[in-house]
Amino acid sequence: MSRTVKAPLDEATVKSLRAGERVVMTGTIYAARDAAHKRLVAALQRGEELPLPLSGQVIYYVGPAPAKPGAVIGPAGPTTSGRMDPYTLPLLERGVAGLIGKGSRSEEVKEALVRHGAVYFGAVGGASALLARQIRSSRLLAYPDLLSEAVRELEVEEFPLIVINDCHGGDAYLAAREAYRRDGEGTHRSR
Amino acid sequence: MRTIDVGEVRQAVGELLRHSAHSLPEDYLEAMRTARVQERSPTGQEVIELLLENAAYAEAETVPTCQDTGMAILFVEVGQDVHFSGGEIDAALQDATRDAYADLRKSVVSDPLLRVNSGDNTPALIHWEIVAGDRLRISTLQKGFGAELMSRAQMFPPAIGEEGVQQFVIETVEKAGPNACPPLIVGVGIGGSLDTVGLAAKKALLRPIGSVSPEPHVARLEAELVDAINGLGIGPQGLGGVVTALAVHVELVATHIAALPVAVNLNCSAPRRATLEM
Repeated sequence: MSRTVKAPLDEATVKSLRAGERVVMTGTIYAARDAAHKRLVAALQRGEELPLPLSGQVIYYVGPAPAKPGAVIGPAGPTTSGRMDPYTLPLLERGVAGLIGKGSRSEEVKEALVRHGAVYFGAVGGASALLARQIRSSRLLAYPDLLSEAVRELEVEEFPLIVINDCHGGDAYLAAREAYRRDGEGTHRSR
Repeated sequence: MRTIDVGEVRQAVGELLRHSAHSLPEDYLEAMRTARVQERSPTGQEVIELLLENAAYAEAETVPTCQDTGMAILFVEVGQDVHFSGGEIDAALQDATRDAYADLRKSVVSDPLLRVNSGDNTPALIHWEIVAGDRLRISTLQKGFGAELMSRAQMFPPAIGEEGVQQFVIETVEKAGPNACPPLIVGVGIGGSLDTVGLAAKKALLRPIGSVSPEPHVARLEAELVDAINGLGIGPQGLGGVVTALAVHVELVATHIAALPVAVNLNCSAPRRATLEM
């Protein structure tokens, strides 16, 4: 049974999470991907108020598919996080404590996670129809002209995640790859 | 001469794209069931199980398997004895795409620099081929761009040889790591020119998983590449394991004495692929 973490995240929770650990998240998170990140960071640079809170908050890199009539949201799996790397530092500097996506982060972002005490979680890419079932509500917050890229407030319940980069420098992708990389003899080391 | 009404083509292709968004090909599902047994990492096994569960749920509920319902890429083989009536075939295919994506995600920007969403997922990218006879065959890829973004092509000199080609393919998958949503289907184009090598790699993704090149030296290359890629340790979703690729498909194109172009087109573990013939 995976541990439940509440969003927004408190400092003690962030510190306790370790790379490779499976958790389920319950609470309020914010959906934003490429085009929204560009606007959010531009707004920060102009000193403007953002349409979402940042301190302790969790940002989910997702652009959901349209919802079927009567559904809360359409399929909503993670998108590739690395594309958000150029916009991530200003958000971490202002207290964002959790990021959800899939794929590797830059060294710069990984260092910033340690420096600012934040966690990068992975969700299973392509499991989008199942993941959408863990989203209880979705509210459009900003940038409706960006369609699927608009900023949304999501209420999630037991949203399944794995800690990829923790605030202590742990990296689940690197550790996992090392564990299963074939050595010279053509055999696989198991963990 | 055979006359085909473009209205019928619009209808059929629209239906094909709508269906393909929530229904993954059987050969892929079969390959994943095999991979579930082959995978040694417990986390990797769970990921494969989850993706199979997701595929079954999406099919049953007619919801897209992945939120990235892709950019529509159409491969059209037109018999030279076909005559289209009732409008323009190109427009009919764009209309079919617009129809199909009414309830799917709009993931296309009309201008790559200005980046304004086209609002209806058009244009579809269409590749035409004139063939003998009077058939019309249309294959579709609804390509997710997480994997597309990690794809690469390079113009190499012939001196790199097959070893250099292998190195480039393996390095592409290694750099992609978890980003391209493994287990992957790896399409490799070798030869041709800058434009055709990429197309060959993409066409390789149309082949059913489990198909083997009829050329013995290419079949051997495919087998060696799958083996090497699965030794990288990346595993399902990059969470570690021995199943990083379900298949490597290699397509060759004649090329110039001065070059050895290589393209690697990655497809994620939600390969939306379909074909119809009229």
